[in-house]
Amino acid sequence: MAIIEGTATRPAVSPPTIKTDRMTRPRRPAWVEWVTTTDHKRIGILYLATAIAFFLVGGVEALMMRTQLSRPGNDVLTPEIYNQVLTMHGTTMVFLFLMPLWAGFANYFVPLQVGARDMAFPRMNALSYWLFLAGGVVFYATLFFSPPEAGWTAYTPLSTGPYIPGNGTDAWIFLIHLTGTSSILGAINITVTISNMRARGMGWGRVPLFCWSLVAQAIMILLTLPVVAAAVTMMLTDRHFGTCFFEPTCGGSAMLYQHLFWFFGHPEVYIMILPAFGAISEILPVFARKPIFGYKAIAASSVGIAFLSMLVWAHHMFATPMATAALAFFMLSSMLIAIPTGVKILNWVATLFHGSINASTPLYFAAGFLVLFTLGGITGVMLAIFPIDRQVHDTYFVVAHFHFVLVAGSVSAVMAALYYWFPKMTGRRLNETLGKWSFWLQFIGFLGTFLIQHSLGLSGMPRRIYTYGSDMGWGTDNLISTIGSYILGIGVVLTVINVLWTLSRRRAPRVGPDPWRGNTLEWLTPSPPPAHNFDVVPVVRSLEPMKDARRRVAELTERETETVSVR
Amino acid sequence: MAVGVTLAVAAPAYAGTLLPERGGSPNADRTASLYTVVLVLAGIVFVGVVAALGYALWRYHERRNKVAAQIHGHTRLEIGWTLAATALIVFLAVFSLTKLASIDDPDTAAASPAAVQAGIVKPGEGQSLNIDVVGMQYVWLYRYPGGAYSYTEMVAPTGVTVKLNITSQDVAHSWWIPKLGGKFDAIPGYTHQTWFRITKPGVYRGQCAELCGRNHANMLAQVRAVPPDEYVAWIQRQKQQLAAAEAARKRDAAKFESQQGAG
Repeated sequence: MAIIEGTATRPAVSPPTIKTDRMTRPRRPAWVEWVTTTDHKRIGILYLATAIAFFLVGGVEALMMRTQLSRPGNDVLTPEIYNQVLTMHGTTMVFLFLMPLWAGFANYFVPLQVGARDMAFPRMNALSYWLFLAGGVVFYATLFFSPPEAGWTAYTPLSTGPYIPGNGTDAWIFLIHLTGTSSILGAINITVTISNMRARGMGWGRVPLFCWSLVAQAIMILLTLPVVAAAVTMMLTDRHFGTCFFEPTCGGSAMLYQHLFWFFGHPEVYIMILPAFGAISEILPVFARKPIFGYKAIAASSVGIAFLSMLVWAHHMFATPMATAALAFFMLSSMLIAIPTGVKILNWVATLFHGSINASTPLYFAAGFLVLFTLGGITGVMLAIFPIDRQVHDTYFVVAHFHFVLVAGSVSAVMAALYYWFPKMTGRRLNETLGKWSFWLQFIGFLGTFLIQHSLGLSGMPRRIYTYGSDMGWGTDNLISTIGSYILGIGVVLTVINVLWTLSRRRAPRVGPDPWRGNTLEWLTPSPPPAHNFDVVPVVRSLEPMKDARRRVAELTERETETVSVR
Repeated sequence: MAVGVTLAVAAPAYAGTLLPERGGSPNADRTASLYTVVLVLAGIVFVGVVAALGYALWRYHERRNKVAAQIHGHTRLEIGWTLAATALIVFLAVFSLTKLASIDDPDTAAASPAAVQAGIVKPGEGQSLNIDVVGMQYVWLYRYPGGAYSYTEMVAPTGVTVKLNITSQDVAHSWWIPKLGGKFDAIPGYTHQTWFRITKPGVYRGQCAELCGRNHANMLAQVRAVPPDEYVAWIQRQKQQLAAAEAARKRDAAKFESQQGAG
C-alpha cells in the first residue's frame, strides 16, 4: 500500500484500508490453482488471455484473406480454403474474441466496481469460462478434419443441403451451443451480481456506466442467444435427422433461418459494442478529470439500444423477398437506434469540453474510438435506408461498415480498456511510448484497410469472393486495403509485445492502487487486488466514490499539517 | 457545404468511389441520387462531431486548461441535441420514403415505338417484358417469353420496362447488376421481383452477391442491352439453336444410353 506513483496521485496519501489476517490455504501447483479457480479475477484473466489468443488467430486469418485479395486473380488460397478462412475469421472474432473478451473484463471488474468480494455464482462463473474454451477447441479441432465454409452466418440451404462436403458445419453448431451457454450463464451471473451485491449506498443511480452497459448487454444475451441456439439445433436436425425446417425441397423455409439468425445476429452486434460504450464512458471522465456528462442519458441510452436492437433484425435481409411494409418498418426502427447512439457520442464529446485532458494511451484509443465509431455509425444509418442498402448490401461497403463498428469501435475500446485496467490487474503500467506507437499504427492501418473498402463496395465488389478479374478495376484499392491491414496487424502486435514485455520485467516499478486517479471502486484496493478484493467495503456516497475518498484524505492531511504548523 | 460542393463537382468523376454505380436504369440513378443527399448530410454530421472532438482535445489539454470544470450535465442542452438528432432522422426517413416508389415500382411509361413495332410488348402504358431469372451453382439461367432461354448473359431490349422474376433452384444467390439497380436475393422456394429499363445499348456486368459455395466468385452475370429488333432476331436464333440441339439430343439419346449401359 505504501508505494504510490508520484505523478498520478497526490504524494504519500492513500485511501484508508484496514489490514486483516488472511486465511492461509495449502499450497498447490500454480496450474492446479488456475484450472480449479473460482476467483472472478483469475477467471477474468483466463478469459482475457484466451480471447486475445483467438484474436491473434483471427487476425492471421484476416491477413490470409487480405493477401489473397491483394491482386486480381491471385492464387495464394484455393476457393475452398478461402471460404473456410472467412468462416473461421468471422466466427472467431465474434464468438471467441469479442464476446469472451468483454466477459473477461466484466468478470474482473464488475465485482470490483460494485464493491463485491466475488461474482454471485463463482462456480458457475468457472463453468462459463470452460464452456467457452470447449467451444473454441471443438471449433478449431475442425482444422484437422474439414473446417466449416458457409460463412459465420451459415445460411441455409448452403449449410444444410448436400453442398459442402465434410462436417465442419456441425462443429460450428456445437460452437454456438457451447459459447452460447457460456454467455447465458455469464449474463445471469453479471445481472445477479450487479443487482444484489452492490456496496452500501450504491443505488442504481450510482452504478458505474461499465456495469450499466453490461446489464443492458445481459438482457440482450438472455433474450436472443436462446433463439440462435434453437435455430442451429433445427439446422442440426435438418442436417442429420431428416427434419425440414429450412429445407425448401420438402416444405421448409430458407427465409425462416435468416429471420431466426438475425433476431440474434443484430443484438449480437450490440452485445459486442455495448461493453465498449461502457468502457469508454469509464475512461473519458478519468482522463478528462471531469465527471461524465449526462450520466443518466448514457445509462438510459444503453438500455434503449438494448430494447431497440431486438426490433431491427430484418435490415440484414433487405435484399430478400419481403413485403414493402415490413421493409419500411425495419428501416424506421433501424434509423431510430441512431438517436440513442448519437446521444452517447455527443455526451462523450461534451465530457471532454472544459476538462483538463491527460493524454495517456487509454485516452488516445478512446479518442480514436470516437472518430472511427462515429463514421461507422453514420454508414449504419445509410444502410438502414433499404433502397441504398440494396446497392451496397453484401459488398465491401458493408464489410467496411461493420469493421468500423466492431474493429474501430469495439477493438479500440478493448485497447483503451487494456491500457487503462492493466495496472490494476498486474500492478504494472504498460509502456506509454510503445502504446502510442501501437495506437497510431492501428489508427492509420485501420483507415488504410477499411476506408477504401467503402469505394470497392460502391463500385460493385461483393464480399466473400475469393478472387476477382483484373478487368474489374478493383486491384489498386484492394492493394491499398491489404497494405493497411498489415500496418494494422503490426499495431496490434506492438500492444501484445508491450503486454509480454511489461509482464516479463520482474523488477519493473509497481504502481499503487490508483495510478490514473480513477473514479470507481476498483481503484481503492491494491493492484493487483487480494483474493477477497476489499479489506473493508466502503460506503458509496456518489457516482465517483474514489474522488470522494481522495477529497476526504486530502482534507484530513491538510488538517494534520495545520495542527503540526500550529505546534 | 464544402462537402456538398466537392461532391457536386466530383460526382461524375468519382461515381464508384464516392457514389453507387449508375447510368444503366432509372432505379439505379434514383438510388444514387438518394445516396448523394444522405451522404452530404452524413458528411456534415461527421465533420461536425470530429471538429468538436478535435477542438476539445486541443483546447482542454491539461497544458492549456489546468483545472477541469466539474460539470455533470446540462439537461436543456441534452434534450436539445436529442431532439435535433430525432429531427434529422425523421427528415431522412420521410425523404427516403418519398423516393421509394420511384425506385421500387416498375416504370409504367409506354415502351419505345421500336419495341412496340418489333412486337415485344403491346402499345400503351404499364406494359413490360417478363424474364425469369434462376440462380444455380454457379450460373444464372434466364427464361424468356416464348420458350427461349440462355445462361450467364441476358439479352434485353432497350426502351422497354423489363420485369425480372428471380428464384433459385439450390442455395441462396443474389442477383445484382450494379448499374441496373439494387440486388435481389434468389432464394429457393421464393420468387423475388425487380425491374430495369435500359436506354443505352451496351453490356452491364454484375455477379452473384450472396455466398453460394466455393465458386461464388465466378458466378458472373451480365445483361446485354440491344435495340428491340435485334432482340427479336436474337430470340428467334436462340430458339432455332435450342430446337436443333434438342433434336440432336433426341437423335443421339439411344446411343448415349447404350454407351452408358456398356460402361
